[in-house]
Amino acid sequence: KGSNEESAPSVSANSIKITDITQDGETLTFAITSQKSSSSAGVCVFRTYEDFDWLQQSLLSQEDVPGLLGVIFPPLPGKPLPSTSFTQAKALKQFGFLALGDEWKIYCKALELYLQQVAAHTTLSKSKALSSFFSSTESPGKHRGKKGIFKRLSHVMEEMRKEGHKDVDKFFQSERDSCTHLSVLFKVSTEKFLDTVLTKQKLAVACGHFSTSLHLVCNHDNPAAVTFSKICLKLSDIIEAVKVNFEKVSDNDVSSMGLALDLESRYQEAKKEMLFRRTCKLVELEAANRNSERAKPNKKAIMEGVQKATQKEFNLISSVAKKEIEQYHRARVSVLRDFLVSWCEKQLSTAQETSALFSQHLEACRGFVV
Amino acid sequence: MPYKTLILCSKICDGMNAYMAYKVTTKTSLNLFNRNEFTVKRRFSDFLGLHSKLASKYLHIGYIVPPAPEKSIVGMTKVKVGKEDLSSAEFVEKRRSALERYLMRTVNHPALLKDPDVIQFLESTELPRAVSTQALSGAGILRMVNKAAEAVNKMTIKMNESDAWFEEKQQQFENLDVQLRKLHASVESLVCHRKELSVNTASFAKSAAMLGNSEDHTALSRALSQLAEVEEKIDQLHQEQAYADFYLFSELLGDYVRLITAGVFDHRMKTWSKWQDAQVMLQRKREAEAKLQYANKPDKLQQAKEEIKEWEAKVQQGERDFEQISKNIRREVGRFEKQRVKDFKVVIIKYLESLVHTQQQLIKYWEAFLPEAKAIA
Repeated sequence: KGSNEESAPSVSANSIKITDITQDGETLTFAITSQKSSSSAGVCVFRTYEDFDWLQQSLLSQEDVPGLLGVIFPPLPGKPLPSTSFTQAKALKQFGFLALGDEWKIYCKALELYLQQVAAHTTLSKSKALSSFFSSTESPGKHRGKKGIFKRLSHVMEEMRKEGHKDVDKFFQSERDSCTHLSVLFKVSTEKFLDTVLTKQKLAVACGHFSTSLHLVCNHDNPAAVTFSKICLKLSDIIEAVKVNFEKVSDNDVSSMGLALDLESRYQEAKKEMLFRRTCKLVELEAANRNSERAKPNKKAIMEGVQKATQKEFNLISSVAKKEIEQYHRARVSVLRDFLVSWCEKQLSTAQETSALFSQHLEACRGFVV
Repeated sequence: MPYKTLILCSKICDGMNAYMAYKVTTKTSLNLFNRNEFTVKRRFSDFLGLHSKLASKYLHIGYIVPPAPEKSIVGMTKVKVGKEDLSSAEFVEKRRSALERYLMRTVNHPALLKDPDVIQFLESTELPRAVSTQALSGAGILRMVNKAAEAVNKMTIKMNESDAWFEEKQQQFENLDVQLRKLHASVESLVCHRKELSVNTASFAKSAAMLGNSEDHTALSRALSQLAEVEEKIDQLHQEQAYADFYLFSELLGDYVRLITAGVFDHRMKTWSKWQDAQVMLQRKREAEAKLQYANKPDKLQQAKEEIKEWEAKVQQGERDFEQISKNIRREVGRFEKQRVKDFKVVIIKYLESLVHTQQQLIKYWEAFLPEAKAIA
């Protein structure tokens, strides 16, 4: 059960790395190394997705954390589905960019980021569950605690009505509006970007076919035929280089921009969920106010008690939420910046490599005697 | 004998009339022509007319006559890449390029270049209107007719191939046809995907622009808008590259497939068959004359002797024709094989130049974007 321990040394967020992943049937096991902020000694633990899920649930159900509902919880990626049980198409639909990349590389990166975000959070980093996650030799997920009792965003009519409930605070109303609008746009952008990546991969495959076909043009009967075969082989090499370029470019896309867009989308959802929790508390508060006003004398004291408690909870949540939102805005810009810079640098480097390679081919072909 | 003849085709819309005409400009240093540079106006049907004349003159003596430009723009794999809109810019450009390549191939052929029909086509201001295009629609009908005749003949002709070269060459050409078609299909697939990528990139660019507009953080907003612009430019590059894929490779491969299905080997078989038939006929005539020796019909005998002379001449002609077409084909195939290497080399170099250009543009765009991304704070 999660409760805060101020004295336990916390894990250094930057030191967290997922170094390895092994697959045994349907189960994926992640090797995670980390260091405590107080020492340089590294610790390595092995965790499955159940353990991550346990961690997230533990964080969500912490008691004794004032205004916990106002925290924007770092989003945990969905449960991984080994390729034995799911087709590529289904995986793409479920995970988007996280389904791409060799050997779960991108998915691991997303999990790693999740752990780093939790460890860097002022409130969540103090959770006992977190330190247990990083140090316990046993798999913590085996002992399931109580599940988070928070209202998750669902599409039930009741919930949707609450989502649109007018706010009492201009700051929060504006945050809710922009959140809704922006999260739609980011979702669309993520999908469109994914489409471009998939098409680049198709192009790589098509180049592969073309290159292979050129190899088959083989004839050594006379000098002209020999020369023609040589030319076709040359072209085959060139097309192969085009293919490799597409693969590199799409890898760059996935590992930086793709991951960034995916992370941004999921984090916006997390923010939306937090705002919704607060809105639900607001609805609860307004109901408590009404009950208190209309209460018969014999119930009045109780209702006023409820109203006061609810008001206090709501204020706590709002104050935590405000800080969280400000932190969120700062962090998100910084994260996006890093990914955009990384993406740009990678694509620039690839373009420079490829340009040099094509130029070499060009010189060779110009000197080719026919 | 080095010379330079360059033909440029550009379209002119004849405002008053409903047809498309093409400006054919020839630049040459050859004495065959009256001037060094001249321009004429030609319609598509004129090109078909020229091809029809050349085919009827040269195919049957073993020249590889460049096939007429295709009437339809539907690729050989019958994949419709865009609507078949006769007035669309893409269609006109495809046709213009095909006509230009057709003429260049024709004048690169040393014998065809000297042909009076070719010279007239390039030089004369007025050309007698080609007979209805239905009758001349491209290599299509010509091939159909040839193939029909060949199909019949193939069933009846069993040629004693004394020359292994022809048997091997025919086999090679058949293999080449298969290989080229496969390559052509690969390239069409490439072109198709690149066009798809262009569409996807443009779509992503739009969504990034919308993000830029809605984003509150100023520097991030600007970076996203810049990103949208970069993606739009990259989309442009994809389109240009798709054109290069298509006009360089797809069309080249298509041309070559059409070139080698022109059917010279079948004409040689027909020529051989004609020679054999003449020999059979000569034999019959000799037998008939021998019979008449004892029939005491002096008129008929005289006629028989004359017929023998006639068929002896035909046999000799048949043998000469066969030797000539065999010689021509050997020479044509040699020329074809040399030309093929040159054509491919030229195309590959152009393609590499386009690839290098694309990468250098990309480098420029990314270099320009990097400071924008770094400026986000």
